[in-house]
Amino acid sequence: MARYALRRLASIALILVLVSAIVFVAIHVLPGNAATLILGEYATPEALRTLEREMGLDRPLLVQYASWVGSVVTGDWGVSLAMKQPVATVVGYRLRNSAFLALAALIVVVVVGIPLGTLAALRRGRPLDLAIVTATYVGISIPEFVTGLLLLLVLAGPSLGWFPTSGYVELASGVTAWARHLVLPAMTLTIALLAHVVRQTRSGLADVLTAPYIRTARLKGASPRRIVLRHALRNALLPTITVLALDLGYLMGGIVVVEEVFAYPGMGRLIIYAVQNRDVPLLQMCALVVASVYVLANFAADLAYAWLDPRIRYS
Amino acid sequence: MTSLPPALGVGGAILALVLALSFAAPWIAPFPTTEQHMLERLKPPGARFLLGTDQYGRDLLSRTLFGGRPALGLGLGAVALGLVLGVPIGLTAGYVGGRLDDLVMRVVDAMLAFPSLLLALLIITALGASTGHALLAIGVANGPGVARIVRSATLALREAEFVLAARARGERHLYVMFGEIFPNVLPPVIVEGTLRIGFAILAGASLSFLGLGVQPPAADWGLMIREARQYVFLSPWPLLVPGTALAFTIVAFNLFGDGLRDRLGAT
Amino acid sequence: MPPPVLDVRALSVQFETNDGPLRVLRDVSLQVARGETVGLAGESGSGKTTLGYTILQALAPTARITGGAILFEGRDLLGVGEDELRRLRGRRIAMVYQDPRSALNPTMRVGAQIAEVLEIHERAPARAARRRAQELLELVNIADPASVARHYPHELSGGMQQRAVIAMALAGGPSLLILDEPTTGLDVTTQARILELVADLKRRVGAAILYISHDLAVIAQVADRVGVLYAGELVEVAPTADLFAQPIHPYTRGLLDALPHLDGVRGLAPIEGRFPRLTDLPPGCVFAPRCDFVAPACTVATPALETVALERRARCVRWPTVLATPRRSTSEAIERAAVTSDVPLLAFEHVSKHFGGAGAVARWLGVGAPPVRAVDDVSFDVRADEVFALVGESGCGKTTLGRLAVRLLRPTAGRVRFAAPKPTDAQIVFQHPDSSLNPMKRIGPSLARPLVLRGLRRRERGRRVRELLESVRLDPDYGARWPAALSGGEKQRVAIARALAMAPQFVVLDEPVSALDVSTQASIIRLLAELRRTLSASYLMISHDLSLVRHVAARVGVMYLGRLVEIGAVDEVFRAPSHPYTRALLSAVPRPDPAVPGRPIRLEGNVPSAQHPPTGCRFHTRCPQKIGRVCEEAEPPWARASATHWIACHIPIAELSRSSEDARP
Repeated sequence: MARYALRRLASIALILVLVSAIVFVAIHVLPGNAATLILGEYATPEALRTLEREMGLDRPLLVQYASWVGSVVTGDWGVSLAMKQPVATVVGYRLRNSAFLALAALIVVVVVGIPLGTLAALRRGRPLDLAIVTATYVGISIPEFVTGLLLLLVLAGPSLGWFPTSGYVELASGVTAWARHLVLPAMTLTIALLAHVVRQTRSGLADVLTAPYIRTARLKGASPRRIVLRHALRNALLPTITVLALDLGYLMGGIVVVEEVFAYPGMGRLIIYAVQNRDVPLLQMCALVVASVYVLANFAADLAYAWLDPRIRYS
Repeated sequence: MTSLPPALGVGGAILALVLALSFAAPWIAPFPTTEQHMLERLKPPGARFLLGTDQYGRDLLSRTLFGGRPALGLGLGAVALGLVLGVPIGLTAGYVGGRLDDLVMRVVDAMLAFPSLLLALLIITALGASTGHALLAIGVANGPGVARIVRSATLALREAEFVLAARARGERHLYVMFGEIFPNVLPPVIVEGTLRIGFAILAGASLSFLGLGVQPPAADWGLMIREARQYVFLSPWPLLVPGTALAFTIVAFNLFGDGLRDRLGAT
Repeated sequence: MPPPVLDVRALSVQFETNDGPLRVLRDVSLQVARGETVGLAGESGSGKTTLGYTILQALAPTARITGGAILFEGRDLLGVGEDELRRLRGRRIAMVYQDPRSALNPTMRVGAQIAEVLEIHERAPARAARRRAQELLELVNIADPASVARHYPHELSGGMQQRAVIAMALAGGPSLLILDEPTTGLDVTTQARILELVADLKRRVGAAILYISHDLAVIAQVADRVGVLYAGELVEVAPTADLFAQPIHPYTRGLLDALPHLDGVRGLAPIEGRFPRLTDLPPGCVFAPRCDFVAPACTVATPALETVALERRARCVRWPTVLATPRRSTSEAIERAAVTSDVPLLAFEHVSKHFGGAGAVARWLGVGAPPVRAVDDVSFDVRADEVFALVGESGCGKTTLGRLAVRLLRPTAGRVRFAAPKPTDAQIVFQHPDSSLNPMKRIGPSLARPLVLRGLRRRERGRRVRELLESVRLDPDYGARWPAALSGGEKQRVAIARALAMAPQFVVLDEPVSALDVSTQASIIRLLAELRRTLSASYLMISHDLSLVRHVAARVGVMYLGRLVEIGAVDEVFRAPSHPYTRALLSAVPRPDPAVPGRPIRLEGNVPSAQHPPTGCRFHTRCPQKIGRVCEEAEPPWARASATHWIACHIPIAELSRSSEDARP
């Protein structure tokens, strides 16, 4: 098991390096560059060149990359061009806010989604399953911004007005107020994510239920309850972990759109802001942070999987 | 006579409808999409404007009919690009194996470490916001996923006995890859591609909603919803009409893809 | 006279499919009494597995029981409720299946899975159940049951997994035990031990046993009475000795005549024709289209299962004629081509093939895995115009050698010398007909492809494709068909034709008939022999089936764990003197003759891992004739038993001859 973990760790490290390279390359294919952004369109060529030299933009690409990676690793995350603040501070704050949202959505999804998916797989083909499947179809097919706006319309509109339409309030100012600002964005995220998780849990469990060893259990005289709890679920848990890790990816994609709809000050909104303003230092770090979170989450999932599956643990 | 899965039938029917309407838009739309009627802004459905008007008094029905075109074009184009990029890479990596496969898959894994929207955003940042760039961005973001699937299928087939027989015959590697392996990789690729169209349309609409895809004054579902946002409490129709169209189209593609997978998997 | 434990009466089962109802079992009646073992023999598609599952009511949802009754200890199982069924399953009726690896839950320890039976049926507390599980593992002759109980299924060998499944089946103390192909997929030496266990359990436990298998030789060793299933119908039932000595139904006769015997003389008589489609059954007797004794009366109505003699029933209206016709005493022997030439066509010179293994750095650090030594320093040659067979059990390296011969693999060490002008003069035919042909290509283009490589023009190709199809006894119109429409035997014929299309001088046959039914095997083998004569080609035949090899090969090589242990002319290898492993292998082959009980030489332990092969002689960890330290330290030298017969063993030839006296052919 330890050997497996080490190998995965080495793999992850390599991927993180590649991720940083991709981020860097994607952005620096830019026609213009940071200097042009700062000085504007009408800057003189000399002024541009001076600033470029100051910012180190005239060095070869590889050197710029290495220098950037070096500063990231030592904790110097640069300064946002558009916000004029240290990137680390901004990212830290926004990341925390997004984490609240993500956590809220994940909790609901795990507590509600996995049992729902299990139920659907057990009642396969019957009315309950069909209803659940139909609902999930709709859930994955409606874009988050549509769901979000619909929720906004109904629950935050002038008629009901239960929730604020946008913005954010610090936890320190009061739990109720803070929670009220979280509900709608969290709900929107949850709906989309729930649909994904229910579908995948359902198909994972349905697959397990057709396995030969389930038949063995039946022929041993095991009751359906015992089959599900002792045999099926444990084996279905394995792919579920993979599903959850994968869903973190959906989550992070969805968060971008949802935060925009509700003007929620999180990482997603920050990324959009950076893209719109071509704020290279900010965008680079945001992308790196988001991708790293995903990579690490998958790594944790791999380890959990290996720990649970005796075929991997004891090989 | 094997029965048609209902998903295939229903999905296919809706798709046919959507495609037909989008194609026929220039002939059946009652108003030009850019024509403004300032006295009839944000009206609900009525006799003149069958589905209501938006904040500039433009007819929602016409705009929605035309709005499918960039959405569909983006979705189909992006997936096509993803296939063009992903299939050769996956096929080669899976067939050649060894160091090349390791290297290519590491890069693919790294690209898959980004939520696909984020990858697309990075590319848009580099190139600037437009429909074409959105297509490129989503297409490139789709490539790695396709490559991965093609690679798995290729790996499985590489040791198949008919492939080994071909190699024992002295067939050239290119023939084995494209003449023997590829035709067997095609069915899962088709299914995968069809399933991805729905998500590509969703991604394209999301980009347009964020202002980074289709640009005004074009008619596009995602863009229309973006514009409808400020006025949603004044009139829900500019949100509901394109939103419903978008949802229906994506559901249809997903249904069709699932039905196709059942159908092809059963043979 | 107590009622039989199991009494199946006129059972009919069908499956609903898109092409109509598939009538899998029709009017099947069978009894099993307490303490009796009844064998159910049938080829694939006969419905034998369905019968097993029907008894336990564990069929797929698309199955329907359309008639008959299943009485268990007097009670009809078909009318019993779900709760009662659950009480019976695992306790009064237990089942053992074909693939133990997938029958066991991979995330649950073996002991716990066995103990579960007790927890379900006796509400036994955990500790008592665990203890009993260990006792059961001892009952099935597993050494160190406490340790095995703590293991997970994937950590055990195939043989041990199957024993664990048997232990699980015995846990509830069943009155009826159903075994469905329990030894298929296991090596012949492992199979011998499982059969020994079954015989032992018969004596000790006294349950009624229904033993389902396609392997008639195994049934001859195990069963007291035999029922023969063909395409869903029971065509003959008789005591084992009677059935084998004097089969009545033409299908049973055909089946027994098709079985290759270890003497190399009897058997391999083909049964012409194909299995009927279950959606499209012929009128009258289901075997009529393929029967040598068919008469007009046979196609009018399905014959009834009549009592023909004491305790013997057969479903044939022509049975008096059949009984009166003498059986073929020996089938036309297959010409093996005597060893005439000394010219090697393909030679292996100290060939080794190692797979995997971490790089040098990893190994130096101590974290690398050693390579799998599939083949280690093997040397032999195949002459022109001969059939050379390579035998051995799974993991011995014979498949790897076959692939090395046709350059699909490159040797890690040593050389493969091929004396023919072009490398593609060596071709290969594989084991699995389903994956031998590209499913996305029609037969014609698949066959034409090698011709394209040889430079033939379009019209010539068309002609040659038709010729090829004819040479493997297929209609020329098969060229337009898709592989999915062909039966296993037909696909294998196409695969052979495709190999032959390259006009090879040397063909590797990698288990060419093991995936086929017995009735088809004989015709494919004969076809291969005939084609070889026409082409004057050589065959390297890789097989685990020793009886088949005796019929077909001129020379044989025996392999164990990557090494060649014995080589010689076929008659020499199959008789004394023998390498101890060869001797054990030959003794383990079940004979299709109940009068000759098997006395397999027991091989203790499991096959060692090819990553850590034993030092010295690789067989020493299991050799019943190990002489001492020398076997562990030194590699055995090649000793010469005759001009053409060599054995790699430390034991002198004279002693090997003496000890092998009772190794019968």
